Amino acid sequence: MNSERLKVELAGLSLVSPTMLASGILGYSAETLKNVAENGAGAVVTKSVGLKPRSGYANPTVVHVACGLINAVGLPNPGIDEFTRDIKEAKAVLKVPLVASVYGFSAEEYMVVAEKAVEAGADAIELNVSCPHVKETGAEIGQNPNVLAEVVRKVKGAVDKPVFVKLSPNVADISEIAEAAVKAGADAITAINTVKAMAIDIETTRPILSNKRGGLSGPAIKPIAVRCVYDIYERVRVPIIGCGGVTSWQDAVEFMLAGASAVQIGTAVALKGPSIFRSVVRGIDTYLRKKGFRSVKEIVGLAHRS
Amino acid sequence: MSAWLIAANKHRATRILDAEVISPTVKTFTFKDKLCAKAKPGQFLMLWIPGVDEIPLSIYDVNREKGLISVAVKRVGEATKALHDMKTGDWIGVRGPFGNGFTFKGGKALLVGGGVGIAPLTFLAKELAVQKISRTVVVVGAKTGKELIFLDKLKRLCGEKNVLAATEDGSYGVKGLASTLTESVMTKEKFDAVYTCGPEPMTRVVLDCAERFGVYAEASLERIMRCAIGICGSCTIGGYRVCRDGPIFNINQLKSVKNEFGVWKRDFNGRRIPI
Repeated sequence: MNSERLKVELAGLSLVSPTMLASGILGYSAETLKNVAENGAGAVVTKSVGLKPRSGYANPTVVHVACGLINAVGLPNPGIDEFTRDIKEAKAVLKVPLVASVYGFSAEEYMVVAEKAVEAGADAIELNVSCPHVKETGAEIGQNPNVLAEVVRKVKGAVDKPVFVKLSPNVADISEIAEAAVKAGADAITAINTVKAMAIDIETTRPILSNKRGGLSGPAIKPIAVRCVYDIYERVRVPIIGCGGVTSWQDAVEFMLAGASAVQIGTAVALKGPSIFRSVVRGIDTYLRKKGFRSVKEIVGLAHRS
Repeated sequence: MSAWLIAANKHRATRILDAEVISPTVKTFTFKDKLCAKAKPGQFLMLWIPGVDEIPLSIYDVNREKGLISVAVKRVGEATKALHDMKTGDWIGVRGPFGNGFTFKGGKALLVGGGVGIAPLTFLAKELAVQKISRTVVVVGAKTGKELIFLDKLKRLCGEKNVLAATEDGSYGVKGLASTLTESVMTKEKFDAVYTCGPEPMTRVVLDCAERFGVYAEASLERIMRCAIGICGSCTIGGYRVCRDGPIFNINQLKSVKNEFGVWKRDFNGRRIPI
């Protein structure tokens, strides 16, 4: 699908469609990322990578619940030094921008990992300051505006590529956090990461996830994510990437009307496979044509008029 | 949204109805689960050992009428040891069945299983017997004779003479590797399809052998499994997800990942490690 209508500029990145693979989904190997891109994704985000290798949590790491998944995978990754190889391999075969998702246990760590990812060829960095299930990183950084600002400043000072900040919905006021990130130099905001959740098996009377608590994704959180994007749009002037339960083109359009310049898709890949991108992109294009819009940019934030 | 109603993905608690010692390291566990009892040979399930781990297991047998399912578990680590210590009546959790299963080709089939990898092939042999295909030959391999499993059942299903064994120490059957025995079997007889499951160095040799003889083949692969529903990326080989696109791959798919198949895989960190 190659339509002029669908092209977007996102903080300096040129996207052929306003869709991206969300972080944590597939995202290790060049071939899987390529497969997603060939299905129409405008950009792909890698799994989160940190300074050192991490094996993540014991299974169960994913539980299927009504209208969503709860996961506590625990940020497994080979560490940035090994992951640069995967980034280089992916860059060699990808025709769309590659965004490296980065986490750290300090501002310094975020900076070092981001630098190495950009050196390896990442076109942009997405800061994971919102993982709800690993202590001393992720949401523990993204819930505190001052700590978050420090991380963003450090990373921005070290890399010359766009820096996205992926926010947690598990805060009192997400737009306040978004504003802090933008003041510190964030080029775009990704909203949202998963919503803190858990599931308990009633026969064994135990939490199912080995980490007990995890993050809820999928259609269950879409209305929360749409509201977050709408709130953030009122507060900041950088592009917003909507994320949370996008399963159809209608969901994508809804996010864009709320103020998202693009959407990320994650959980739906489990249901529909990588071809989900194809159907979402086609659906958006048809919607734009039928409604008489010349560009997808024209619908971003349209719901704020009323 | 109907995809959210996919029952197989949901966690179910069930009780162990039977646990049977098969060899010094292998036990079978039988439990009730209507969904898994509908599984096809080659599919797998995720079994939760409460408080310990959740592991992928290929399906060894089903009883569709009674809704029963059996898995064969080799004691290899903490999770399988904890499962071996569990008894009839204990609660476990189940998700699945997942994955694609073997494809039936008709004609003459050759099954090659190494170690506990013979379990899903025993299930396949049972289905092939029902379908009355003309001939099924089985090659079973293990380190020692004591670790050869399901021999009697395979002989009942495929005929005494059609079950051939190889052991590394020569304590039963031919001394040597199952893959070597497979090669000599394929030299003597032309098959329509080869199905294999076991250690990857073995399945790789079997697939290479099938390619040389121009025979259709499928192999069951194993990788680190987490979500089992195709999103976490832990189990990829090339552009394939073993949990969704596999675990059974055909000879053409495996040719496309020949730099990975039998060569390297990712560990729990996602790091590449040699096989």
